[in-house]
Amino acid sequence: MFTYFFIIFGVIAVAAALAMIISRNTVNSALFLVINMGSLAVIYLLLNAQFLAVIQVLIYAGAIMVLFLFVIMLLNIDAEKNLFNKFRFKYIVAFLFGAGILAQILYGIGAITHTLPKASPKMGHIGTVEAVGKVLFSRYLFPFELTAILLTAAIIGALLIAQHKIKPKTDND
Amino acid sequence: MINVHWYLALSAVLFCIGIVGVLVRKNAIVIFMSVELMLNAVNLSLLSFSSYYGNIDGEILVFFSLAVAASEAAVGLAIIIAIFRNNLSVDVSEINLLRW
Repeated sequence: MFTYFFIIFGVIAVAAALAMIISRNTVNSALFLVINMGSLAVIYLLLNAQFLAVIQVLIYAGAIMVLFLFVIMLLNIDAEKNLFNKFRFKYIVAFLFGAGILAQILYGIGAITHTLPKASPKMGHIGTVEAVGKVLFSRYLFPFELTAILLTAAIIGALLIAQHKIKPKTDND
Repeated sequence: MINVHWYLALSAVLFCIGIVGVLVRKNAIVIFMSVELMLNAVNLSLLSFSSYYGNIDGEILVFFSLAVAASEAAVGLAIIIAIFRNNLSVDVSEINLLRW
């Protein structure tokens, strides 16, 4: 049962990721990324991390992707016309580079496969909201508070950077 | 229950697709989405180690990395909007103001 779900949603995640980097239209890319995030949330559920699965759907597939779609809509970008329709040396190099890194990581995982852990008996009850909340508000309280400062700083910075300023035209450029 | 190295392999595949996306595409927004994909892949491997060791610290780390990803997306998209205003393009090969 777990294996079937893992295979189905793993294949959907990989296919959506590939479709994201291949599709010409930017909006299609963003929607494929939403599919990818949703199937990753199901895989988080298979790992018994219920809290983070919900957070993944809410923050990544919800908030961040809505932000992306708004920016795409705001900028009115047209699709890339000349993606993959003519042979470029760059694409070959990029795919070879990616495949090389993938082979390296998979070889590394294969070499240490006997030291990797078996499923822990505690796996069922460490991902719940209760368990995460207890640790987050006791041992990690100070980093959690710092997260609030980080988000505030990010919002202020984003407002400041994206602010519309009409600059006087200079002639000497 | 399947072994943990399948989760790690899926994470590696997604990470490498993200790398190829950053290298191949020219649209700055799609490059940014590929970076988000790589962040997600690393989150998946952190989470699988956390679940299989029965240690909750990995999940907390994923939570913080989510917060960092959210603020990074906000600031990065603001920078893209600012560049688009000045340059009328999000094509990274045309953004060469600081090129020597």
